[in-house]
Amino acid sequence: MSARRAAWPFLAPAFAVLGVFFLLPVLGALALSFTDYDLYALADLRNLRFVALGNYWELLHRPLFWAALGHTCYFVAVGVPLSIAASLGAALLLDSPLARARAFFRTALFAPVVTTVVAVAIVWRYLLNTKYGLLNHALGLLGVHPVDWLGDPRWAMPAIILFAVWKNFGYNMIILLAGLQAIPPELHEAARIDGAGALRRLWHVTLPALAPTLGMVAILTVAGYFQLFAEPYVMTEGGPLQSTMSALYLMYEEGFKWWNLGSASAVAFLLFALTFAVTAAMLWLFRRGSEA
Amino acid sequence: MSRRGGQRGRAGRGARPAGRLLALALAVALLGGCAGKERRDELVFWTIGREGEAVAALLPGFERAHPGIRVRLQQLPLTAAHQKLLTAFAGGSTPDLSQLGNTWLPELVALDALAPLDARVAASAVVRPADYFPSIWATNVFDGRLYGVPWYVDTRLLFYRADLLRAAGFDHPPRDWAEWRRMLAALSDPARRTYGILLPTNEYEQLMSLALQQPEPLLRDGGRYGNFGSAGFKRALAFYVDTFRLRQAPAISNVEAGNPWFEFGRGVYAFYFSGPWNIGEFRQRLPAAAQDEWSTAPLPGPGGPGAGAAGGSSLVVFRASRHQDEAWALIEYLSRPEVQQRFYALLGDMPPRRSSWAGGALRDDPKARAFREQLERVKPTPPVPEWERIANEMQLVAAQAIAGEYTVDQAAAELDRRVDRILAKRRWVLDRQEARR
Repeated sequence: MSARRAAWPFLAPAFAVLGVFFLLPVLGALALSFTDYDLYALADLRNLRFVALGNYWELLHRPLFWAALGHTCYFVAVGVPLSIAASLGAALLLDSPLARARAFFRTALFAPVVTTVVAVAIVWRYLLNTKYGLLNHALGLLGVHPVDWLGDPRWAMPAIILFAVWKNFGYNMIILLAGLQAIPPELHEAARIDGAGALRRLWHVTLPALAPTLGMVAILTVAGYFQLFAEPYVMTEGGPLQSTMSALYLMYEEGFKWWNLGSASAVAFLLFALTFAVTAAMLWLFRRGSEA
Repeated sequence: MSRRGGQRGRAGRGARPAGRLLALALAVALLGGCAGKERRDELVFWTIGREGEAVAALLPGFERAHPGIRVRLQQLPLTAAHQKLLTAFAGGSTPDLSQLGNTWLPELVALDALAPLDARVAASAVVRPADYFPSIWATNVFDGRLYGVPWYVDTRLLFYRADLLRAAGFDHPPRDWAEWRRMLAALSDPARRTYGILLPTNEYEQLMSLALQQPEPLLRDGGRYGNFGSAGFKRALAFYVDTFRLRQAPAISNVEAGNPWFEFGRGVYAFYFSGPWNIGEFRQRLPAAAQDEWSTAPLPGPGGPGAGAAGGSSLVVFRASRHQDEAWALIEYLSRPEVQQRFYALLGDMPPRRSSWAGGALRDDPKARAFREQLERVKPTPPVPEWERIANEMQLVAAQAIAGEYTVDQAAAELDRRVDRILAKRRWVLDRQEARR
């Protein structure tokens, strides 16, 4: 038996698990997305119609879908840079030789990641409350009029972004901190002897050495942020006026709330295509950047 | 029944609803045709929300009366119940009997998941249809067949601050819309951040109640098309939207309203448009001294006392159950007036039969009297499976009208457009059924 053949039995369990729990469901959902599977089809399969690309066509003509996609892109475009900047800033502070009580701060900054989103959403809803919220109270001290964070369609998404960034930055911070600690101290030392200041060392030593880690963090964060769901689900239920309705939230409503599994699957595949395209483009950019 | 309250969710990074949908979609596709699996000799009873806790206290009495039956109670959270019921049907693992909100009944009837109960009711000495509020009973009848027995009722009406009304010169609650509008105007002072009424912009029950007071039905042609362009609906929508435009209600959702009981107690709102469970909430949350200052009143209509929405939950038996006789025995037990009175005492859920109201804590409760009066006048919502989605859509469009994005006429036209799209599949199914006949 050749080594090639011998490998198959070892791979088989993993393949079987992947096939049954990932590949088959994905194919099933793809098939569903070409039908108008809904409550009536669940009652009687004769009510199931093959609609080919009808679900996709209808979605592309539905203002709500484009609005949801727009909100998702808004969230990604603003949330990802903010989130990475916050993570990098926190990681740099923790990595600084001047930092004290490092273990405590590392744990404290990571804590939001491991707390339940529902529990912290309740706290945040109080913080963001128009009348009694701490945030508006602080703004009031600065002379800013109270902002209706979760009730004003213009402010709801910024509030969700703020919440999501706070909730998630600790995770990337840990990865970036590990990347920072892996940079050999000799590089910094050499740069310092050459007379480089702190800013120049950050720009010419730290960031280039951190680039691969930053690239990976950026791609993972983009892929994660495209799947915006839990934050609007617990904070605003997609409102006000559907201004925090994300693509995934739309899918949830279509599929789980109204049981239109056909069009919900179509939303899932469109979102998948978008996420795939964006992350592939980022990967290509980072590769080209590192080759140059 | 409405889907209020509790929320679940997982952390952003860990949540993969897309994956869950894919897996569920496959499960549905694979299991759709399978038959119900073997069950043990127990009666499986699903309850939704808080009812489960209260009914647990009633079950020992039933098990004493029927020593051969053991009831296994499963409490579903409100937010997960709808999903779980449909998944159970798809997977062939429905319970023997369940509590079911009457806006969900049409869906399960469309799925043919429920057993008809006409013969059992005809033979029953306990369940007597004439004793029930007729509109509530009617929400359980589809094409002339009965699929559920009302368990408790829910209708929305006005909680009001009698002291504030008196101070403004009104010695009685409003009887019609014109009088109501005058009171709202007198009791609102946006500069002091007080409002006549709280109408959360993301709850559809309030506008729906006003719309049900109109003579025109909300859907036409047997539930094939929306009827929101009718003069009646526009009148209801205009009244609703005007309340916000005149700043007699704040344009906030129930998320921002936070603690409406506290605000009602402080006099921020003079009226609160809500359901029976709030009698208990107000008794518990407001100080003893404030208990005489609030009361309840039936909804005012466009020209005199108006109708309300016939909400609530029924008890249903599933077609796939192997213990239908035992399930019916439990329904009969829970339908007895004295058991319903205990149920009210435990939880505050109002009974659907007149004889249950004739005794116990309900008979002399002044705060419950308005509900008793309104229950004789309630109207059912259109019995189509899509109703809840339509009501949600109605509220979304209404919220846009409040924000000034639509006029009332535009909102009505937009709503008809959206509803006709939602009902497209239903029209196709109905047409095919008729063609086959």
